Amino acid sequence: MRWEGKPLVAEAEKKAIVEISELKQYFNAGKKNEVRAVKDVSFSIYEGETFGLVGESGSGKSTTGRALIKLGDITGGQISYKGQDINDIKRRKDLLTFRKSMQMIFQDPYASLNPRLTVKEIIGGALKVHGMTQNSKERTKRVYELLESVGLNRQFANRYPSEFSGGQCQRVGIARALAVEPDFIICDEAISALDVSIQAQVVNLLKELKEQNNLTYLFIAHDLSMVKYISDRIGVMNSGRVLEVCEADELYIAPLHPYTESLLSAIPTPDPEAERKRVRTEYDPKYHHYDDHSNVGLHEIAPEHFIYCHKDEIALYKKKREKLLRQAKQQYA
Amino acid sequence: MAQNVGNKNAEAMFHLVDAVERVNFPGNEAEQIATDGDSYIKTVAKRFFKNKVAVVSLVIFIILVLTAVFANQIAPHPRDASVGRFQAAPYDNFYLGTDDIGRDVLSRLIHGTQVSMIVGLGSVMVYVIIGTTLGLVSGYFGGFVDSVIMRITEAFMSFPFFMVILTLVSLLGSGLWVVTIVLGVLSWPPLCRLVRGQVLTLKKQDFVLAAVATGYSTPGILFIHILPNVLSPILVNATFGIATAILTEASLSFLGVGVQRPRPSWGNILSEAQSLRVLAYEPWRWIPAGILIFVAVLAINFIGDGLRQAIEGENKA
Repeated sequence: MRWEGKPLVAEAEKKAIVEISELKQYFNAGKKNEVRAVKDVSFSIYEGETFGLVGESGSGKSTTGRALIKLGDITGGQISYKGQDINDIKRRKDLLTFRKSMQMIFQDPYASLNPRLTVKEIIGGALKVHGMTQNSKERTKRVYELLESVGLNRQFANRYPSEFSGGQCQRVGIARALAVEPDFIICDEAISALDVSIQAQVVNLLKELKEQNNLTYLFIAHDLSMVKYISDRIGVMNSGRVLEVCEADELYIAPLHPYTESLLSAIPTPDPEAERKRVRTEYDPKYHHYDDHSNVGLHEIAPEHFIYCHKDEIALYKKKREKLLRQAKQQYA
Repeated sequence: MAQNVGNKNAEAMFHLVDAVERVNFPGNEAEQIATDGDSYIKTVAKRFFKNKVAVVSLVIFIILVLTAVFANQIAPHPRDASVGRFQAAPYDNFYLGTDDIGRDVLSRLIHGTQVSMIVGLGSVMVYVIIGTTLGLVSGYFGGFVDSVIMRITEAFMSFPFFMVILTLVSLLGSGLWVVTIVLGVLSWPPLCRLVRGQVLTLKKQDFVLAAVATGYSTPGILFIHILPNVLSPILVNATFGIATAILTEASLSFLGVGVQRPRPSWGNILSEAQSLRVLAYEPWRWIPAGILIFVAVLAINFIGDGLRQAIEGENKA
C-alpha cells in the first residue's frame, strides 16, 4: 500500500534531491584499528519520496545517514544535496542554510534530547539558531504550535525529557526537526526503540507530516515490514555496500540479490502456521567469488532496479527477475 | 500490484494497532504518565536536604560567610587597635582574651574569616573558570589541541604544589589577592581532567549530534548543551576546592608567606603558637583559630560529600 492519496512520484517529475556516489567512510583511516563502515554506497533520493534504507546491524546504514547530514568528514566519494557537493559547504552562512534544509530524527528518543534542557529550550533553540523568531514571546507561541502539530500538549513545554515516555520524547524530537521547516529529514531508526503500538502512531504521524509539509524522507531501519509500509523505494545494505536498490513493491516480489532474499526470509509472520513453515535463507558473502573487483558495482538490471554484482551476472539477474515476476503474476491472477 | 504475504500481515497489524490506539488514546498517548515530576535541581536538592550532616554543615558554612560579610558589625572591638591588657586570658568583654599588644583575639578571628572566605571562594572561582574552559575545549576538539592541553595539565600536576606556591608568593610578594590568584592558577588541572573526561563521553551522545545537526555554533554546543551536563561534578569538585584553598592559605600564613600582619587570618593567628610560651601558657591565642579551621574545612567537606551523594543518587535511579 502507498501513502494514501499520494501516488508514487510520477516518472516525468523525478528530480533527485540527494545523490550519493561511491561514498566511503573509514574510521581511524590508515591506522591499525581502521574500520571500514561504509565501503561503496551509491543511490539517489527523489524529491517528495520516502527512501528506505535497510540492512543488518553494522551494515553502515546509520553511518551513511550521518555522512549525509555532515556530522563528520567523509573519506571518499561524493554526496550532493540539491545539486551542491556537501563537501564544499564551508562558510558558516552556507552551513546554516544546509542545516535548516536537512534535519534528523534519532534512534534513541531519550538520548537525543538534552536532559538538562526543557522541551521549550530544546525546540526554541533550533528556532533561535536560525533566527526564525524575533522575540521570546513569538518563540513560545511557535513552540506551542509545533508541540500541537506532533500531538503533544502545550503544557509539556516547560518539562524536562526525563518526565516523558519514549513515544512522547520521539515526538519532541520530531518537533525539533520540524521547527526549522526542513525539506529533507533523515529518520535514523526513528521508531526502533519504541514499542509496537507507539511505532504505528509515530509512523502515521511521520506520514501525515510528510504530506502537510512536502517532505522527503530517508528512512533508515532494520525492520523490513515497517520499511515496506512507509517507503516508495528501498535500498538494501550489507557490510558497507548497497546491494540492491529498487521500488518497494518490486523488492518484495522480485528480490534479486541473495542477501535481500535472506533478509526477506527473516521477517517473522504473525501467523503461527506460516511461521512454523518459514524457512530462513542464509546469506554467505563468499557465494559471489569476486576475486577481481574491477567489474563489480551497481548495475541496472531493469529501470530503477539496481544490483551490486559483476558485469557478467547482469543477464543472470535479468532472467531471475523475469521468472519471479511471472510467478507472482500467476500466483495473484 | 500483488503483495507479498508476510508483508500484508505486517501491514494489517499496523492498521489494527492504529485503530485500537485511536479508540484507547484519543489525542495524546499516555498523557497520564507525565503529570508529576520535578526538575533535576529540585530532585537533587530534595535528596541533599535529607542528609542531616550536610545540612548542618551548610548552616555552619552560611554562618561563616555571613560573619565574613558583616565582620565590621559583628566584631566587638576594632581589628588592629590595642584596646585591652597585654597577653590577657579572657576577661570582661574580651571573650577570647588579648594578644601580646592588647588586640582582641575574637575580633581578629572574625576578621580572619573574611580572608579565609575570600581565598576559598576567590581561588575556586578562578580555577573553575580556567579548568572548565580548558576541559571543555580539550575534550570536545580532541586531537592536537587535546594533546597540548593535557601535556600542560600533566606538567602542572607533576610540580611539587607547595614549593611552587611558596616560590611564586615570595616572588610576587605576599598578600591576600596574590595568594588567592596563585592558588586559583595552580589548582585547575584536576578539574580540567575531570571535565575533559565527561565531555569525551558526552560529545558522542545523540543530543550533541542533534545540536550539531540543528546548526548550533561550536561555542553554543559547548556552553548550552554540554556544560549544563557537567555542572554537577564541577560543583562537587569546587566545594572540596574551597576547603583545600582555606587549608593552603592557613598553611602559607602559618609559614609567614601568606596574608601579612596586621591583617589577621586564621593561619597567621595560629602561627603565634610558634612561640613556645604562647603554645604552653596562652592557649586562648591559638586554640580557637585551630578549631575554626578544623570546623570550616570539615563542614565544607561534608557539604561536598552530601552534594556528591545527592547527585550520584540521580545517576543510580
